[in-house]
Amino acid sequence: MSSWTLQQSTNEHLAGWNRPQVIKPEGDGEVLEVSMGPHHPSTHGVFRMDVKLDGEKVIGLKPVFGYLHRNHEQLGEKLSYLAIMPYTDRLDYFCSLSNNWGYAMAVEKLAGLEVPERADHLRVILAELTRFQNHASWIGFLAQEMGASGTPLMYAFREREKILDLFEELTGSRMMCNYMRFGGCRVDPTAEWLSETRKVVQGLHKFVDEFENLLTGNEILMSRTQGVGVLSHDLAVNASVSGPMARASGVNYDIRKVDHYGIYDRFNFRVPLGEHGDIYDRYMVRVLEIRESLSILEQALKSVPGGPILDPKAKSRGIRPKAGEAYGRIEAPKGELGFYLISDGAGSPYRYRIRPPSFINLTVLEDMCLGHNVADAILILGSVDIVLGEVDR
Amino acid sequence: MKTIEEIQAAIEAAVPGGEVTIVMNPSPAAQHSLLVGAGKAVAVAKFLRDDAELALDFCSNVTGVDWLDREIAEKVKVTKTVTKTVDGVEQQVEETVEETVKRAVPGYLECVYHLYSVAKKHGPVVIRMRTANRSDMVELPSLTPIWRGAEFQEREVFDLYGIVFTGHPDLRRILMWDEFKDHPMRKDYVLPDDFEYEPTPHDDVLKRAEAHRADVAQEGAAQ
Repeated sequence: MSSWTLQQSTNEHLAGWNRPQVIKPEGDGEVLEVSMGPHHPSTHGVFRMDVKLDGEKVIGLKPVFGYLHRNHEQLGEKLSYLAIMPYTDRLDYFCSLSNNWGYAMAVEKLAGLEVPERADHLRVILAELTRFQNHASWIGFLAQEMGASGTPLMYAFREREKILDLFEELTGSRMMCNYMRFGGCRVDPTAEWLSETRKVVQGLHKFVDEFENLLTGNEILMSRTQGVGVLSHDLAVNASVSGPMARASGVNYDIRKVDHYGIYDRFNFRVPLGEHGDIYDRYMVRVLEIRESLSILEQALKSVPGGPILDPKAKSRGIRPKAGEAYGRIEAPKGELGFYLISDGAGSPYRYRIRPPSFINLTVLEDMCLGHNVADAILILGSVDIVLGEVDR
Repeated sequence: MKTIEEIQAAIEAAVPGGEVTIVMNPSPAAQHSLLVGAGKAVAVAKFLRDDAELALDFCSNVTGVDWLDREIAEKVKVTKTVTKTVDGVEQQVEETVEETVKRAVPGYLECVYHLYSVAKKHGPVVIRMRTANRSDMVELPSLTPIWRGAEFQEREVFDLYGIVFTGHPDLRRILMWDEFKDHPMRKDYVLPDDFEYEPTPHDDVLKRAEAHRADVAQEGAAQ
């Protein structure tokens, strides 16, 4: 099965392709090709960039993936629906609860299950806590890449640890939570857990203020990020860029608002948008987004109702949805996380596909890096917010 | 948003010969899809993106599906002329009988696109393209010129399923390494014993030893 030949693309085919700009080297025309990665501290895992350099300037960049590829999708085709759930934790291991929700939602759509009120509230609370710790540590990593070695990252990790403690108390695991089930959640939280969460959320306000005091007006941050890695609105839409990356480019698209999934409709929150599409806007969008997350958390924690946390019709074990297909997607911290399932009536999916947000956001990496220095390319990669567990699957 | 039938009608009006048929989805999700003929797929995609009312500018998800050869058992109503004896008189009577007919469906590879609209905030519209068979030389037109977001995802489908996208600007393997043969997401893929097998000098020695052993055995048999 290997005798394929590649057809030469004709110009006619490529008319209208939104291609990266072509830059010719200046001066003597000497081009240096550097293979950055897969072992490079700033590549957030095993990720490689084949960079073409003219002096210090990037004139070409090809991302190379697959160092952490484990054919997750094929594993899924061999497992039962429930057995896939713990595997989803390992996709984006920073945000296991969001992954759980995305997958549970796809199966709920496929099997037509309802989620009780209480479970819906818990899902919102956990997803927003996940978003908070993801964005906070992302800001820490970004500062780290600019040379602020440690301080902002340690501040972010201090708060992240409080949130992970809450996760551990509820689900039994700090990062691999495996908490959601089809039609609800796995464990009912105690009243003490809820009041503890309220206390932690109250403390987080102060942390965001402190963090912003440290960074937002910082001269180094501003000079390194403003006007760097600009992504235009039209390219962001055309290249399927989603999440905070797209919103920093002014794309008003938040799946929590568009799809009205879960119970997000009941909460009052705003969608921050950027104007310039540079790294600074990506930073600001994330800072504002965690402030909105805190507001959602406060509203959700105020109104957690009693009742069951699992749809009584739902059976997690041995679930066999009727033949058909479903695409469920959520606004994960990194962007649109989608799960596409095809069932043929058996106990495991016929096709199990993940739409990984950070993988697709990397489509525009070359466009953003062209013309910038190597040190900025590192920063631009950092601003995409990738996790290789999800990129390579 | 328009219903799936309205979208089909709109495409047929705008792109004659688009060969668009509706594929129903019986699950509670009820996300029905449009099967688009490969011939005019680029024109159909361009219409879906640029049409003022649909404005499907966001190609969210691109994926491949492998459908093996299968047999479908269908109940078909057949009208037959039967000779019957009614009231002692032989008569030719038409009778409708339900029969189970088995139909072989040849396998194919499928590429599924989930489209949304950022401008109008609606979706999804699901379109799918099918290849003629499951051989290793199957081709579909690339929709990367229409939606740049399909660039890496079509590379992934090519890598894992072996659909060659004509007109893709940079079609290389993406997750597997370049020297890898075969397409691991196909349903009939067999795992190799050793992924990184390379012939070593030792193999030649082994071959010579086996040949020698065979010679010795032959000589022994001759004596």
